[in-house]
Amino acid sequence: MEFYIQQTLNALQVGSVYALIALGYTMVYGVLTMINFAHGDIFMVSTYIAFFFSTAILGAVANLSPIIVFVATLLTAMFGTALLAVIIERLAYKPLRTAPRISAVITALGVGLFLENFMVAFKPIGPAPRFLPPLIPVVNYTIAGVTVSTIQVAIIVVSALVMLLLDTIVRRTMVGIAMRAISWDKFTAPLMGVPVDRIISLTFALGASIAAVGGTLYGMAYTIDPYMGIRIGWWAFISAVVGGIGNIRGAMIGGFILGFVEIFTPVFLPASTYRDFVAFSLLLVLLIFRPTGILGRPVAQKV
Amino acid sequence: MKTSLWKRWRLPIILLAAFPLTIVLPQVGIIDPYVELVLKFIGINIMLTIGLNLVNGYMGEFSVGHAGFMAIGAYVASILTVWVFPPEAGPLLFPVALIAGGIAAGLTGLVVAFPSFRTRGDYLAIVTLAFNMIVKSVLENIDPIGGPRGFMGMDKLSSLAWIYVWVVLTVFLARNFVFSNFGRGALSIREDETASGLVSVNTRQVKVLTFVFSAFLTGMAGGLFAHVLQFINPRSFDILKSTQILVMVYLGGIGSLGGSILGATIFTVVLEGLRTVLQQLDAAFPLLGLSQEWRQVIAPLLLILLMLYRPRGIMGLREFRFLTPHDEQPEALEEYKKQVQIVTPAKEASL
Repeated sequence: MEFYIQQTLNALQVGSVYALIALGYTMVYGVLTMINFAHGDIFMVSTYIAFFFSTAILGAVANLSPIIVFVATLLTAMFGTALLAVIIERLAYKPLRTAPRISAVITALGVGLFLENFMVAFKPIGPAPRFLPPLIPVVNYTIAGVTVSTIQVAIIVVSALVMLLLDTIVRRTMVGIAMRAISWDKFTAPLMGVPVDRIISLTFALGASIAAVGGTLYGMAYTIDPYMGIRIGWWAFISAVVGGIGNIRGAMIGGFILGFVEIFTPVFLPASTYRDFVAFSLLLVLLIFRPTGILGRPVAQKV
Repeated sequence: MKTSLWKRWRLPIILLAAFPLTIVLPQVGIIDPYVELVLKFIGINIMLTIGLNLVNGYMGEFSVGHAGFMAIGAYVASILTVWVFPPEAGPLLFPVALIAGGIAAGLTGLVVAFPSFRTRGDYLAIVTLAFNMIVKSVLENIDPIGGPRGFMGMDKLSSLAWIYVWVVLTVFLARNFVFSNFGRGALSIREDETASGLVSVNTRQVKVLTFVFSAFLTGMAGGLFAHVLQFINPRSFDILKSTQILVMVYLGGIGSLGGSILGATIFTVVLEGLRTVLQQLDAAFPLLGLSQEWRQVIAPLLLILLMLYRPRGIMGLREFRFLTPHDEQPEALEEYKKQVQIVTPAKEASL
């Protein structure tokens, strides 16, 4: 029993990171109906921003309180990543808005691979895995045979807060209403005075900064390397599709489902190397039988 | 319309005359081993590009997982030549192994063809990507064929002559396919699937056939690839490989066999050229740290720039005259010209 509780906790930890990244995929899809395949690599860049910033700040100033370091790293990563996403959107995606949709998808794939290979080829970064310096003191508590670390608690709590915040933004604020308006009808929304370009950029920025929260939290718990954007990004993407791409609550649910797939695959199958197989098979089966995901509604195509 | 015998048979004669050269030239040393290797890769890339162009360019569906088919072809052909066939009969049975690899890949092409009945565009892209990942993941988990360590022991069976033969055959088959009823069906699906169904194109049949044929060609290319490198591992067939094929297709031009040949050739030569350029630059300016990894940065960058500035590629929706049935069927060419003219990229209404 303790084993399963422990694993569930681990699944929640991994799942919250997936959910945070999945939100970026799903928001961009909702507004632009475009799959931003570069999002996983934007997440990867965010962990490097967090890495370099936290190393620099810890090296420059001694005896900072961990909370300040953590919050400063988080905000820097969020801001830097949002900037990167907006630059990518302006340079690579915006000119293609009138082009066939496939062009944008191919470009996004290209941008993702470019970011990844650039990080590998760029000497100061390179392919070697790295560790973030400890941002918060790591303490392990054992409660009734279940080990809980402060990092684990931080990941789950911060993710939950960010998701609640995002849900509120999308449901309650003018920006959120504008996003949903564009997603609902992109031709009428500009007629109602919605600044489409600005809202699209803002969506990219918001999605990227949420991924940066995920990136910083991920970097606290695991090693980071330039290739992780592909793997984590794909898992997050599957989460978004499983939940119903374009649907924000669906992305959160999908993230946790994928977290459970990742943690429980080695429990039921001989090796953890099967997890990619399980995840992608799940995606394939879902796309064949219910392409709009768990929460998505089927859309009839008009002829 | 009567054409002279020379005009009718010109191309086959030239191609046949070139064949002995592919055997002799490497042996006398006019083509050194490095150039020979590059030529081999050009040939393989032409096959890959034509295979993908059939689906992405002609049919307008969107596959980004063709490296998966390539992996299946490569593994099946390699397993046959290394384990099943007796070593002394290797060169003789090599075509059998390649075709078997192609058929295996073609059968898995069905896996992607059936979802394409229900989904199109980006969802199909996801299906093909998932397919690519699943193939890679399965190969990594089968321990007897090396798992993530890879599979080796193949002889260097892919000679320049063999690759030449397969490339000529591929172009020939693809040309006949494109100008057949099925090829026109594929073109009509690209323009408007619903409308082509209404004018009684059997869209499902066309889709299945195109996917299977495309996967078959890609699988054959994979088999040749494995017997050039003599070593394959699942990582050589990941998304980067699929992206490289995409770059070649979009560089050369969608819906064009001539474009596929040009795209594959230019891309391969440029990537190889960069190798020496980077070496020279690195030797001259060691501070810049220009390692060979930068070559992998160029390919995606090229793809982005192509999409932004030249989305149709060099030969997009155009064709060389010698690749059209201009002599055998002049009326078919006229028909095709009409189609090419009316073809415009489906501009989706957007913001």
